[in-house]
Amino acid sequence: MSKYTSWGCYPKIDQRGVCLADKRGELPATPESFLPYGNGRSYGDSCLNAEGLVVSSQALNHFISFDPQSGLLVCEAGVKLNEILKLVVPHGWFLPVTPGTKFVTVGGAIANDVHGKNHHLEGTFGCHVKSFELLRSDSQRLLCSRDQNAEYFAATIAGLGLTGMITWAEIQLKRVPNPAIKMENIKYQTLNEFFEISKDSDQDWEYTMAWVDCIASGSRLGRGHFTRGNHAGAHQASPKASSKTLQVPLTPPISLINPLTLKAFNWAYYERQRQHTKSAISHYEPFLYPLDSINDWNRIYGRKGFLQYQCSVPETHSYDAIKELLGRIASAGFGSFLAVLKVFGDKPSPGLLSFPSPGATLALDFPFVEGKTLALFKQLDDVVVEAGGRIYPAKDAHMSAELFQQFYPNWRELEVLRDPKISSSMWRRVTQE
Amino acid sequence: MQNIVIFGATSAIAESTARIYAERGDRLFLVARNEQRLNDIVADLQIRGAQSVDYLIQDLGELDQLEVCVAKIKDTFQRLDVVLLAHGTLSDQPACEQSLDLTLTELKTNGLSFISLLTLLANEMEEQRTGSLAIISSVAGDRGRQSNYVYGSAKSLVSTFSQGLRNRLSKQNVQVLTIKPGFVDTPMTAHLPKGALWAKPEQLAEGIVNAIEKKKNVVYLPGFWRYIMLIIKHIPEFVFKRLSL
Repeated sequence: MSKYTSWGCYPKIDQRGVCLADKRGELPATPESFLPYGNGRSYGDSCLNAEGLVVSSQALNHFISFDPQSGLLVCEAGVKLNEILKLVVPHGWFLPVTPGTKFVTVGGAIANDVHGKNHHLEGTFGCHVKSFELLRSDSQRLLCSRDQNAEYFAATIAGLGLTGMITWAEIQLKRVPNPAIKMENIKYQTLNEFFEISKDSDQDWEYTMAWVDCIASGSRLGRGHFTRGNHAGAHQASPKASSKTLQVPLTPPISLINPLTLKAFNWAYYERQRQHTKSAISHYEPFLYPLDSINDWNRIYGRKGFLQYQCSVPETHSYDAIKELLGRIASAGFGSFLAVLKVFGDKPSPGLLSFPSPGATLALDFPFVEGKTLALFKQLDDVVVEAGGRIYPAKDAHMSAELFQQFYPNWRELEVLRDPKISSSMWRRVTQE
Repeated sequence: MQNIVIFGATSAIAESTARIYAERGDRLFLVARNEQRLNDIVADLQIRGAQSVDYLIQDLGELDQLEVCVAKIKDTFQRLDVVLLAHGTLSDQPACEQSLDLTLTELKTNGLSFISLLTLLANEMEEQRTGSLAIISSVAGDRGRQSNYVYGSAKSLVSTFSQGLRNRLSKQNVQVLTIKPGFVDTPMTAHLPKGALWAKPEQLAEGIVNAIEKKKNVVYLPGFWRYIMLIIKHIPEFVFKRLSL
């Protein structure tokens, strides 16, 4: 089996790959195309290149400099966010933006312009990148920042690895009084309530998101738990991180997520909290990275793999569109125990093809079921298109060329700056005429 | 705070091990051939918290230089707490079969250089009556197989030599640890397809540090290789010689 897989394991590709020896290394001089590859946490085929090679950044895993006074960090592109946290948290610094897993590389975080629970205040990861080096297949090394090679800077952030290989990057970290999180969990009944709580929380809470019971329908549609948190005060004693990690030992032949287990789980998960609001001081790991404590959790979806559907819809249509999406998912009767709803902010990203935009975003995992999953996605796509929304390429394995080009009209600008030797399975899929 | 010496410091396993000690705030001395890559590693280990990082550029295949090399280390560290020998090359077996020169070079790099260093270091350790010598051998040294017997026989030399050294130095309270890794997913093996038997360098590093702390003698990493090799070692030769291993 290839070690170069996507997180969703769909589509199944026997991917070949090589490794860049160090940050001074050259890209492969093969006739076939290649694609930079980080830690394989993109869900769909944006991190795969079925017709060619991937070039792994696994050896680019060194810190280059860290200034504990200014919080400026320079590191190679293959360094993972968990290593950054381990280094900087004791010095009072934190990642300005982090996705829901700390096992992504810095290069991957830039190439997908990832976002997190604090998007409404901090924007995307790309907003905090000061500069990086871009290695091109003609051996050019471009130092990119907002002032230098600015067009490559913009095209590389959210550029899906297509403009070249990032060898190192400079990131401005964020000062926090305490790495621990003072959090509240609010059990809410309706979708309307979600939007109200979200609006009330935007100003005063750094991290916000909700888990949604995607099985609930009718008057209970959209019910869930709204979670919000802030970094605790400096004098708050920080709870210890749990050192327990679970391991999914093997990939079962069929998905363990089916209508029966899903119904049971969602009911139990929704009802786990009796009171309306629960407050706690949490270590940042379970709060920001709840699934990182289960190694290889993607295996539970079985050998056929799974797909994530993440879309965003503009503010004006948020309520109606999310209601319609949840309605279609609930009546299809299949989905996942991980349905996440969040309202994005309006901080612009420097990235040319950045996904987040003001409005609401919904993300759900679906096991791949022949004929069923993609049919449901088609129905969801219709809603997203009508609402003027878009789909997140980092999570995608299904979007048609027509949809992609409609969602990201400036894709042609990226195509102009794309390295001629670099391509991906996704790029060929979504740019075909 | 410990004094840690690492030979072959740019190898993925060595580097991962160095990081564990750096994060503990230990003092490190690194030896490797590739200067630029060593510079990257030195800066990285300092950022990760090492008390100090000294280094020496040295091709460990140049056996006549090793005495000077060990002397330089002793100039920096009066006491050696942990010495890890982790250098080596992945021999190209078919190429070795066609070239006596290459075969002898591989035996020198993966075998004789270890014997040279261990001979010099053993006397230092014997005198100081403390410390750990951790030696990366290989499961390939447990039985000769057609797919890599040049590398395997070099490692077999290393395993047997360190076994004898352990016997000698145990009286002086010096640990001699023989480490036998299986398949490791490193940049050196990035092009090979990976199955369930492959381990990450970070996993191995933890196993190495753990085995040093527990004063172990021989350790297979990951541990299941002990059982795989137990089976492989016990296949009768008249059967074994017909297999394509």
